[in-house]
Amino acid sequence: MKIILTVVKPEFESPIDSRFGRGAYFLVVEIESGQWETHPNPGVNASGGAGIQAAQFVTSQHAEAALSGGFGPNAFEALKAAGVSMYLYGDCRTAAEAIERFKAGTLERVEAPQRGQGREGRRGLK
Amino acid sequence: MIVAIASGKGGTGKTTVATSLALSLAASQPAPLFLDCDVEAPNAHLFLHPEFEEQRQVGLLVPEVDESICTFCGKCAEICQYHAIAVLGRKTLVFPQLCHGCGSCSNLCPEKAIRETPIRMGVIERGTAPSGIRFARGVLDVGQPMAVPIIRELKAWVHPEPGQHMFIDCSPGASCPVVAAIRGADYLLLVTEPTPFGLHDLRLAAHIAGELDLPAGVIINRDKGSYPDLETFCRSRRLPILLRIPFERAIAEGIARGKPLVDIQRDYRQYFKTAFDRIQDTE
Repeated sequence: MKIILTVVKPEFESPIDSRFGRGAYFLVVEIESGQWETHPNPGVNASGGAGIQAAQFVTSQHAEAALSGGFGPNAFEALKAAGVSMYLYGDCRTAAEAIERFKAGTLERVEAPQRGQGREGRRGLK
Repeated sequence: MIVAIASGKGGTGKTTVATSLALSLAASQPAPLFLDCDVEAPNAHLFLHPEFEEQRQVGLLVPEVDESICTFCGKCAEICQYHAIAVLGRKTLVFPQLCHGCGSCSNLCPEKAIRETPIRMGVIERGTAPSGIRFARGVLDVGQPMAVPIIRELKAWVHPEPGQHMFIDCSPGASCPVVAAIRGADYLLLVTEPTPFGLHDLRLAAHIAGELDLPAGVIINRDKGSYPDLETFCRSRRLPILLRIPFERAIAEGIARGKPLVDIQRDYRQYFKTAFDRIQDTE
């Protein structure tokens, strides 16, 4: 099973990045084998639709779960449509810690989008 | 002549200046045309009191995907620079709030699986004010994020007659809606206030004049003596200061009661006429 986490640095031991659409890197982990790789987030500086772009990346990697600090309305809708389950970091500080808690089944699963992210919080270039 | 009134910073007095400028020239033949292009919060009607005679709805064409034909090839998502359409495995999702209605997705779909359907964004209206001024405005629906389509439709609908002056009240800021409102003008009138915030945004707005190759001038509102940085900036950019409106309680009270500046202090009719003469001389 493949899962994706948003992280600050391109390392397995990286601190978590709590932003899904605007996180610096994606850490892709194969749970069974422990293999991992990182990818820079292509949408980190997008003027809009970063969450959607990130969701498309997750599905292109055929990941089954996404772990982050929160999911905005657009990202939530996109990941839900793609059948990707979403989990929150809660008080986890590093990616390794979040992966352990994911395996143990103690991360909170997301059932509704978080406020304050995505389009509704934005007022800039249109 | 077409004069666009912009400021960068909000609340500097764009509408105060635009409405008073138009009222000062209300007796000209034909009477001026006034366009309220601040479609997110139009307020010039509060000072000019037009009666609207016509109204039109403005829509935007957004994609609708027929998933029975879609092969989920992802071309639409790849071309959309606003990420308004996403292909996620065997699902194609549309995010209408992000769509700019450019039509690229439907044009490029190899299966012709995308149909465009209109969604309402707001209205445009036109009429006449008691002063004789011809008035038109756009109003963006609450919850709609994009002002530019409304401004474009408004400007395509209303044109000045030969010899008729047109004044365009822009929105604050220096992004797409402001540029859309200014485009086609002969002159950019910048309203500022003598504060660091006013000057910061004046720089941005003046930069638009440079990009569009438009002559520009400045009106300083709430002037209370010297703010050397502003004077230096105007001099260095060769922006003439056309008028200074002092920071006075009587003016603030009058505006708060919905009175145009030229009705609060009648001398301003002449001041604005003189400023407009200088604007016309620039041409």
